[in-house]
Amino acid sequence: MGSGPLESRWETVIGLEVHTQLLTRAKLFCSCPNLFGGEPNTRVCPVCAGMPGALPVINAQAVRLAVRAGLALGCRINRTSLFSRKSYFYPDLPNGFQTSQWEPPICEGGRVEFISGGRPVSVGITRIHLENDAGKCLHEGLDASLVDLNRAGTPLVEIVSEPDLRSPDEAVDFMRHLRRLLVYLDVTDGNMEEGSMRCDVNISLRPRVKEGEGDEPYGTRAELKNLNSFNSILDAARHEQERQREILEAGGKVEQETRHYDPEARITRGMRSKENAPDYRYFPCPDLPPVFLEEQEVEKIRSGLPEFPEQRRLRFEADFGLNAEESGILTSSAALADYFEAALKAGGGGKRTATLILAELLPECARRGLSWSAVNFSPERLAHTVRMLDAGKVSLRVVREIFAELLDSDLPVDILAEQKGLLQLSDSSVLEEAVRAAVEGNPAEAAAYRGGKTRLLAFFVGQVMKATRGAGNPGLINKLLRQYLEE
Amino acid sequence: MSDLCSMSLSRALLGLRRREYGALDLTRSCLERIRATEPYLNACISVLEESALERAAALDEIGPREDKPLWGVPVMLKDIICLKGHPCTCASRFVENFIPFYDAGVASRLKEAGAVIVAKNNLDEFAMGSGTENSAFGPTRNPWDLARVPGGSSGGSAAAVAAAQAFGALGTDTGGSIRLPAGFCGCVGLKPTYGRVSRFGVVAFGSSFDQVGPLARSVEDCARLFEVIAGPDPRDATSARLDLHPGGLPEQDFVRAALEGGEREPQDTLKGLKIGLAREFWDSGLTPEVERVCRGLLDKLADAGAVLEPVSLPHQKYAVASYYIMSSAEASTNLARFDGVRYGRRAEQAGELDELYVASRSAGFGPEAQRRIMLGTFVLSSGYYDAYYRKAAQIRRLLRGDFDRALENCRLILAPTCTRTAWNFGFTENDPLLAYKMDLLTVTLNLVGLPGLALPAGLGDESRLPVGVQLMGRPFDEAALFRTAAAVERLLPPLGKPGGV
Repeated sequence: MGSGPLESRWETVIGLEVHTQLLTRAKLFCSCPNLFGGEPNTRVCPVCAGMPGALPVINAQAVRLAVRAGLALGCRINRTSLFSRKSYFYPDLPNGFQTSQWEPPICEGGRVEFISGGRPVSVGITRIHLENDAGKCLHEGLDASLVDLNRAGTPLVEIVSEPDLRSPDEAVDFMRHLRRLLVYLDVTDGNMEEGSMRCDVNISLRPRVKEGEGDEPYGTRAELKNLNSFNSILDAARHEQERQREILEAGGKVEQETRHYDPEARITRGMRSKENAPDYRYFPCPDLPPVFLEEQEVEKIRSGLPEFPEQRRLRFEADFGLNAEESGILTSSAALADYFEAALKAGGGGKRTATLILAELLPECARRGLSWSAVNFSPERLAHTVRMLDAGKVSLRVVREIFAELLDSDLPVDILAEQKGLLQLSDSSVLEEAVRAAVEGNPAEAAAYRGGKTRLLAFFVGQVMKATRGAGNPGLINKLLRQYLEE
Repeated sequence: MSDLCSMSLSRALLGLRRREYGALDLTRSCLERIRATEPYLNACISVLEESALERAAALDEIGPREDKPLWGVPVMLKDIICLKGHPCTCASRFVENFIPFYDAGVASRLKEAGAVIVAKNNLDEFAMGSGTENSAFGPTRNPWDLARVPGGSSGGSAAAVAAAQAFGALGTDTGGSIRLPAGFCGCVGLKPTYGRVSRFGVVAFGSSFDQVGPLARSVEDCARLFEVIAGPDPRDATSARLDLHPGGLPEQDFVRAALEGGEREPQDTLKGLKIGLAREFWDSGLTPEVERVCRGLLDKLADAGAVLEPVSLPHQKYAVASYYIMSSAEASTNLARFDGVRYGRRAEQAGELDELYVASRSAGFGPEAQRRIMLGTFVLSSGYYDAYYRKAAQIRRLLRGDFDRALENCRLILAPTCTRTAWNFGFTENDPLLAYKMDLLTVTLNLVGLPGLALPAGLGDESRLPVGVQLMGRPFDEAALFRTAAAVERLLPPLGKPGGV
């Protein structure tokens, strides 16, 4: 799907509206904690519950994060932006209106570049605005509908793209890129299962033209609401693309409407047409003065931006000989990349440090269901471990074996290995003895080796390792074995 | 002891400090007056007898405190201001059972100052009205004439204060709701500069217009209440940070300003004081009686040396229309939270969600609230926004420009509070437009956000009903209003006690 005849006759045009929860301590207009889940209606106060007389007060941290997102996406930051009331009735909306920036929003006119299908894609960012999230309605398995307002008032930015995407795959890659960037910048936790990022997909088709002939005007679009996984974005956009193509090829007209994607049935269904579009009756929120940003404030946020992940990733690859996957994981969050670099500063070598993080630390943490930052392994301990490896005091094999214990212990790796009798044997006299025993004990293999079957070296290495309970320095064993066998 | 409640608040404070009587004595006296007059007035929605007596007894136990400016003084709150643990009905069936678990900013300040809150006053439903006729709990009657309205929407507060049920009360003023009833009941009432007083915990009507202000029986009493409630509140983003005020920190000592104005000879305060008179207010169809009383005051002011200057407010003619468009727009969204899902009345028979909303809101809101919700929804609707809301917002800015120019030369502007005295019940019943026109002289100040102090100018020579005037001032210049009003108060003979109760 998505190639062949479709490619040749129709061009798909997609723009996204991405709702991103901000990683603030408190909600947007009150001091309730901004956390996912919890016992229903335990993280609410008069403000986020919309109680009579309660008033909103803007969370400055949310404003800073929105500016951070805007700067990262190349936007112009408006020195004055304004909150409006967006009116509609729904039980999870306690005030009967959402407080959302309309005109002017906090950021406008950005651009994002990323790679999709091996080619660079450039997407305009129309605007980024701040708004509060609604609560949740719970219907399932109940006679009645219940409302949980824990999420009500969570700060969101809505990032609106230009209709610059040309396929469902590009749309998903854009979303992935956005997520990666915003998570890296600590703007959001990017947790899509918990709804931290979700998007509306605006999609239309128009006849494809030959290069240089100028574009056809945009076709009539449908808006696919509230998609909260990469798969559902891809699936929904592909199905909608197909649905519109069928209509157009049958000579029909696509209706402008809002559609809902049913992931079970894997189809989109019409929700409401343009005629039934709600009138949100936006007007300036009288409870909130305009958000004023001083130039210095914006500059301060700009100067506080870390190196962007793409730049850092390329630098890691060039400086430490990492491949794209390794550097990608290390730069998946600014904090992890910082951790890596702190370990380097503490004296660990690049490649080995990366290997320990990627092959040991992250998998072990994943097994424990913990964040890497939650375990007892400071950059200094990591660096020390790398130095012990480099010095041949411990072998990588031993580090692997005792890594879990290392996380549970305060001891440095060499002491722990010593206590367990696993300190690497680099004492030639001890190893020479083991080498001699291995060769003498296997005369047939020794003869075969000397007869040209040099691949048998690995067999002897294994024997020596066995004898030294894995603590032998493999480089040294190799050297001693060759000497002994070839004497 | 039964007449303790008739004293001025300032006199009551003096007696409390001298231990002539205690907080409990004053509270009992007020409760007794409430019992005696409520059958006639209906000024209170709930009387907090138990909690008030408890509180007064606790205060007496500790004894008078110099640092508590309202120590032991019984006061009331309009029932749209949240008081923790007590119903806040907003005079609406919709929320008659709503009991807030938080105090409004002004309620905390009163408590902190040592006041005893004895009752919550009747009002027009959600403060929408000019006569306190639109209350789900029945109208309040004017203590000067029980056949007449007390003005609104803070009519319960004004009537209660005039009838000495308490020493003062807090009302709210969105389009005249403190000044109009103050005028009709012969009280002193202040609508502060927008942002001067916290709106936190005050159920919103028109958020960019609403201000809480005091009603009392004298200028000094009014200043004492205001000094307690004025000031910033971090929970209200529109409350003003006066340390950032462009003109420097304005005068904050309102009691001293009122005392100065009241102790000096009136001439000392008024001589050379430029008071602006806007033709747009004075040529607005005042009844002859109101005109006579107010002109009489102007003569006295001129005699005392005040300089009366004509000023022009060319956009005043659009004020009422702009006010009703913008305040209704805000109200339509402020009242959207009352949807039958979380508050008050949920219609029983509703099946679908939309039916639940329609049924609950049709049953819960009275006719005036419904009218404003519809008006506000209409003016914000796509296709009408530019013609109504945007135009009104432009008028609002132009009007502020008119005032800024007029107040550059004059320190104050003076006008009647209403074109007429209190009307008979039902006078505006079948004519909403007539009802809206009763706010002709008061809505302007709310549009421009400036302070206004209403005080009695005398009794009508025919009706024997109070006639009110208002002094309008520069932003955050309430001190000048108190100083001048205290001087004016001295120029005029006392009104006497209302004859209706």
